[in-house]
Amino acid sequence: MQRKLPRLTAETAPFWHGGSAGVLNIHYCGSCKRYFHPPAPVCPTCWSLEVGPRAVSGRGTVMTYTINYQVWHPDLQVPYVIAIIELEEQPGLRITSNVIGVQPEQMAIGMPVRVSFTQLEDIWLPLFEEDK
Amino acid sequence: MIPDRVYEKNVAITGIGQSEVGRPSSLSAMRLTVDACLEAIDDAGLTRDDIDGVCCWPGDTDNGGPFSPVGPSALKSVLGLNVNWFGGGYEGPGPLTGVINGAMAIAAGLCRHVLVFRTIHESSARANNKMVSALTGKTQGRDSSYAWQWHTPFNVFSAANLMGMYAQRHFHENGTTSEQLAQIAITCRNNAALNPKAVFRKPLTVDDYLSSRMISTPLRLLDCDVHCDASTAIVLSRIDASRDTRNPPIRIEAIGAALHQPWSWDQISLTEMAAFDVARMMWARTDIHPHDVGAAQLYDGFSILTLIWLEALGFCPAGEGGRFIESGHRIARNGEIPINTNGGQLSAGRTHGLGYVHEACLQLWGRAGDRQIKPHQVAVAAAGGGPLGGSLLLVKE
Repeated sequence: MQRKLPRLTAETAPFWHGGSAGVLNIHYCGSCKRYFHPPAPVCPTCWSLEVGPRAVSGRGTVMTYTINYQVWHPDLQVPYVIAIIELEEQPGLRITSNVIGVQPEQMAIGMPVRVSFTQLEDIWLPLFEEDK
Repeated sequence: MIPDRVYEKNVAITGIGQSEVGRPSSLSAMRLTVDACLEAIDDAGLTRDDIDGVCCWPGDTDNGGPFSPVGPSALKSVLGLNVNWFGGGYEGPGPLTGVINGAMAIAAGLCRHVLVFRTIHESSARANNKMVSALTGKTQGRDSSYAWQWHTPFNVFSAANLMGMYAQRHFHENGTTSEQLAQIAITCRNNAALNPKAVFRKPLTVDDYLSSRMISTPLRLLDCDVHCDASTAIVLSRIDASRDTRNPPIRIEAIGAALHQPWSWDQISLTEMAAFDVARMMWARTDIHPHDVGAAQLYDGFSILTLIWLEALGFCPAGEGGRFIESGHRIARNGEIPINTNGGQLSAGRTHGLGYVHEACLQLWGRAGDRQIKPHQVAVAAAGGGPLGGSLLLVKE
């Protein structure tokens, strides 16, 4: 079924459009040299306004996951995997996404994953696959 | 060190009320609300003219939607209340926000007697539309919410998906098992068997739990609370004004409402969530200790959250929740820390937050009938999951 898509703002557009150039953009503070997510116009740590999107490697590790079996909508294909992924650039820097191309029983915390974009309308969804 | 001024100690719960708990109810959400509120005001021995404040969480945030169909503005008019202050709103420390805000209004001197209520009509709504509580329905068209746009595009349809991920991490870090988690559902059901208003009352076994349908691993159907139509109300009173009311006042000894992490489902600690911040704040505001608590009414919208609250509040060490509840004895009605003595949201019904306060008071006052546990003076009510969390330490005077 059609996924629900985000409405973009000046801060969030680089994250959702990054896939058009094949990169995952995460906001970065040029002052305290830290990434943060979700993107915002100010660094939540040091309040610097010197912040903006920065391409990351797109590689990370599965912190936790769940396999959804519930058919929340008649058109929803189950099962599928939802995961919280910690990006390799910084401890605690996480995004929620889907891990695709794996059997549910293969899923494990600690699995290395890499980004794989899927375009829907003007959005490039950063999904993840196992990084073998 | 306890802060100099802990003003919530000047506030007491003086009356409680609850409508029928239907699955579904034939009554309107407003009628359920009126039933609960009139019962609570009468229970306190007060009249309409005494009530000078009204509030709830979250209020009418979605055009009368079933998650919260009645807000304080409507109720104020329906009951003809003349108030000095009223308020509602989703943003705050979880399902106990209404109680916390009401207590603050009294502590600040705005009000003497505040009516706090929570109404939910999800059972009726779900008869027509099973998707009615799904996260993806929260916004029309594209999702622009700061919180949800990072989840809904990835088919996070329900809080069950997020709670499943928290549970999976707890299993991974601490060796917690489904057999252990089953004890939350089983304990609630055992308690519900003694509660004539509970939605589900037939006892459960571990096998029943393990064979219940998987929703979002590792959480099964029996890890998820049961929708209902109901309203719950309490009356908060300034402590000096509470001396005139009918019941022995139940003082708010301490509030927990802290969040020292981002308001986020995935950037916060996956095994502590808001709950540990909340509990640290609450215990720092009192000289009472966890071992003084006679009963704990702990949020069980999903079973894993009850486990987290047991750890956060110090009833067992962090990470030890699974082993602590393993046999079920410690959390049973005659155990060292009885939980969810009415059956919780898992079996009595998803009254969503205020039900825990109602049950805590019933037990403290010794009015819980067949399910009354041994007499005690101190109780905890705590609610929320993820970045939502709040707690109350209650002491019967």
